[in-house]
Amino acid sequence: MELLIFLILFPALAGLLVLLLPKDFLHGAVVKCSALIVAIVSVVLFAAEWNKGIQIYSLASEPTGQLIFLIELLIAIFLLYIGIKNRQYLVIGLVIVQTALVIWLEMAHPVSEITKNLFVDELTLIMALIVGVIGGLIAIYATGYMREYHLQHKEARDRRPLFFCLILVFLSAMFGLIFSNNLVWIFFFWEVTTLCSFLLIGYSGTEDAKKNAFSALWMNLLGGLGFVIALIALTFIKGSSFELMTLITTGPAIALIPAVLIGFAGLTKSAQLPFSSWLLGAMVAPTPVSALLHSSTMVKAGVYIIVRFAPVFEHTYAGYAIALVGAVTFLIASMIAISQSNAKRVLAYSTVANLGLIIACAGIGTYEAMWAAIFLIIFHAIAKSLLFLCVGTAEHSLNSRDIEDMDGLVLKMPKVAGMILIGIAGMFLAPFGMLMSKYATMRAFLDTPGGFLLILILAFGSAVTVFFWSKWMGKIISVPPSSGETIEKRVSISEWAALYSLSALTIVVCFLIPVISSVIVERFLKTTYGMTTSLPFENVVIMILMLVLVLILPLTFLHYRKDKKHTGPYMCGRPVNDAYAFEGSLGIRRELVISNYYLDSWFGEAKLVPVGCAAGVVLILISFAAMLIGGVIL
Amino acid sequence: MNLNIITGIIFLILAPLIGGLIAGADRIVTARMQGRVGPPLLQPFYDVSKLFEKETMVVTTTQYVYVVAYIVFIAFTGALFFSGGDILLVVFALTLAHVFLIMGAYASRSPYSVIGAERELIMLMAFEPAIILCAAGMYLVSKSFFVRDIISYNGAIILLIPGLFFAFLYVFTMKLRKSPFDISTSHHAHQELIKGLTTDFSGSVLGITEIAHWYETVFLLGFIYLFFAFNPVIGIIALIVIYLLEIYIDNVSARVRWSFALKSAWIITAVLGIVNIGILFFRWW
Amino acid sequence: MTYLARSPWVIHYDASSCNGCDIEVLACLTPLYDIERFGIINTGNPKHADVFLVTGSINEQNKEVIKNIYNQIPEPKVVVAIGICATSGGVFRECYNVMGGIDTMIPVDVYVPGCAARPEMIIDGVVKALGILEEKWAKMEAGKK
Ligand code: SF4
Repeated sequence: MELLIFLILFPALAGLLVLLLPKDFLHGAVVKCSALIVAIVSVVLFAAEWNKGIQIYSLASEPTGQLIFLIELLIAIFLLYIGIKNRQYLVIGLVIVQTALVIWLEMAHPVSEITKNLFVDELTLIMALIVGVIGGLIAIYATGYMREYHLQHKEARDRRPLFFCLILVFLSAMFGLIFSNNLVWIFFFWEVTTLCSFLLIGYSGTEDAKKNAFSALWMNLLGGLGFVIALIALTFIKGSSFELMTLITTGPAIALIPAVLIGFAGLTKSAQLPFSSWLLGAMVAPTPVSALLHSSTMVKAGVYIIVRFAPVFEHTYAGYAIALVGAVTFLIASMIAISQSNAKRVLAYSTVANLGLIIACAGIGTYEAMWAAIFLIIFHAIAKSLLFLCVGTAEHSLNSRDIEDMDGLVLKMPKVAGMILIGIAGMFLAPFGMLMSKYATMRAFLDTPGGFLLILILAFGSAVTVFFWSKWMGKIISVPPSSGETIEKRVSISEWAALYSLSALTIVVCFLIPVISSVIVERFLKTTYGMTTSLPFENVVIMILMLVLVLILPLTFLHYRKDKKHTGPYMCGRPVNDAYAFEGSLGIRRELVISNYYLDSWFGEAKLVPVGCAAGVVLILISFAAMLIGGVIL
Repeated sequence: MNLNIITGIIFLILAPLIGGLIAGADRIVTARMQGRVGPPLLQPFYDVSKLFEKETMVVTTTQYVYVVAYIVFIAFTGALFFSGGDILLVVFALTLAHVFLIMGAYASRSPYSVIGAERELIMLMAFEPAIILCAAGMYLVSKSFFVRDIISYNGAIILLIPGLFFAFLYVFTMKLRKSPFDISTSHHAHQELIKGLTTDFSGSVLGITEIAHWYETVFLLGFIYLFFAFNPVIGIIALIVIYLLEIYIDNVSARVRWSFALKSAWIITAVLGIVNIGILFFRWW
Repeated sequence: MTYLARSPWVIHYDASSCNGCDIEVLACLTPLYDIERFGIINTGNPKHADVFLVTGSINEQNKEVIKNIYNQIPEPKVVVAIGICATSGGVFRECYNVMGGIDTMIPVDVYVPGCAARPEMIIDGVVKALGILEEKWAKMEAGKK
């Protein structure tokens, strides 16, 4: 239990230290050390607890609960102040309603009798590793990145201490969120992550950043409102409990209403349609923020909570409706990703899409679907944070986030390009983790009657995914002439450290699938469902074989290095000079510009977002209706 | 491990021979349809042997790596399929192989190759849903993803998933690179795209691509055979009829645009998929 | 004997031909002559080709193009100049913009005269070129060793 409390408190305290230290004094060192400590401790925690099953720890609610209540009020006042200052009426309204409900809850139903406030099980441990290790790496990366960021973005005020403080406090909140067994506490940490996200999106202080920060804020507050209502519902439902682990074992008859309401909160946090726009807007934040909050951890909190309630959703209509929200989001967001040329937006849409897929699994809620969901969470967190960080590094060297500008990156920044390729392959190619999880997803959908539409959506969604990732890869590896020197030298050591670690993780964790499955995930499924599943042994062998092949094939490059005659590309006989220009008539030289397909008339945002939002709203309403019918009438 | 490694190895050895012969027969039949005599049956083998005799020019050396990876994974796909492995993994490996081919085209950076690559990606996007849903349908019927279980399912799979079969047949043309869907590269001299995807391959690189294509043809025919596996005679006849049909369509149709190819493939797959998968789902539950 | 002779793939380039010779080249592909019988394919892509068929004569506009295409054909390769224009410039020889036959720019292995060259002659020329192709290949192999 000490480790848990350490992980919850330590980063926040380190964050406060960073804030209090004098200007430019040891900031980087403190952040790096504390990030390293967090990463190590989370690994230690894993080593200590992995074979113990569910461990529930007693901790008196009392002074902590009051402290939490107090901080909640402070946050509310702060948000109210910000909202009034910026005339954000929606935010003001949501804060007032939410706070009123929280106060009422605290007054009318003090939940001080709960003592089992903290817990650890296999899923928690996995999340803790993701938050600790990946979060830690991103924090380390950020120390190098932010220095460069402020050199390039003169318009942003240099408030780095605040930035790192928020990052560290956020890590605390994430640990709190996953270790808490008390739903009121979970809600508190949930709101803290919302706050951190809001402040970090608005970090640069530009108009654009502010606008997007507020849109993220109101959507997340709306989800928070759903969470509060769920808590209030708990006080009315007989037989329910404020303890997460008790609640989910009570079955849909009791837990469905809170599950759907909290699930709604999860949908907003994970930026599912119709709420996807906030995550896209959040891309204005510095890249480590996008990597940490908006792809690998905070948005995962949304899917995490839905995955937690998955046993409740199993075979309920409300669960199917939520699964469909996820599936539709998966399809639509993947399609829109085709039309995007801004690398961060592609990553954002792909994040939204993959979260959708995880939610589809969780909404189905069978043990097979859970297996898939957990692995999707793991692999997505690793590969996507790697990609974000690579794009951040490339962006600083190329001064552009546009994929078109990454033309020939493989020569300009060979290492970063290689890492992007690893990351992309990790996202959609066969022997890598995401696809193996997709395999499990497919099987899960086929084994349950609710999977009927989902399997169709998955088939189309996967096809679309191949398109936008491949063309990005193609852009990177196409080799322009006269490349000149590499421009990788400016990248700082802390950035390299994070990039190398994440690339290695992307590959190593694929090899570890069978181990992770049998040691962690299957135990979790056994305790939750009494049943378990895994990849067939034969497929594991095949997968590893493929992985080895993919890793050794690039070595053939060495073999072909020598004595191959090189010519220019075929350009219809029009002579090509070194600059890849067509020699046009009358001696006019025309530069060759090659651009990818974006198929905007088919997959453009303007076309698909309204469709997706409408579908999302309808499906969420259906899930509410199903919840009311299932929970109240029956 | 229940993989039947022997059949996998037999595939690795025989598939290029069979694939080459099919390609030769294809060219003769095509020629006859056009009122010509056509080349000898072994012409594809002459072609490929010649390609290996020639000097190989590359735009960048990495091209070689991608094309080698392409053939390795195509062969892997087929070997996995014929040794009775998991059909979803087979589909994934197929996609991987194609992505490598596409990377080979991107690497050269000629406008023709790149447009070929983009179009090939569109074709991949059009093709994938159908083959995934076929795998799903076979799973629903036989309760297994393993080819060996599907093939030993006693019952006519084709009668249970005719819709998916037609969807697959529709996109099969794309994989054979035949008209009307030969928009990324083609066996014939259509000159508007030069050779699309393979424009900048020469000598042995091109030869490897050809052999990989033979592997792929045999694999795809094997995939179609699964639908008819209940009776080998019917299965073989079906394969011949289907292939002749493909040649016929190739000769009577003009190339379409990518948008039509994608739209029609998706609509057909979606409609037939919903109906067919729906029927399967509700038959069992 | 090599496989080169069994599968000569050609690329056909119209330098500044009047189109007469081009029509005859294409006629070779038709059912009447059906050169695919001999494994000949018109690839339209130098990187796939073995035999370079050129019609018409060299001028300012196409001299670089011809050189470029020639350079992009992998070894061994042969050039067949088709029609009298390609052979020597023909009736256009004295034009202010014409520099002469194909051999002013790239080495030509076989000349097929005629205005226009007949399909039989073209086929004959290509077959002749195949012998040279084999010789070149033999030399290339010898060079490797
Ligand atoms: S040789 Fe005669 S037919 Fe041929 S291109 Fe010259 S003018 Fe035309």
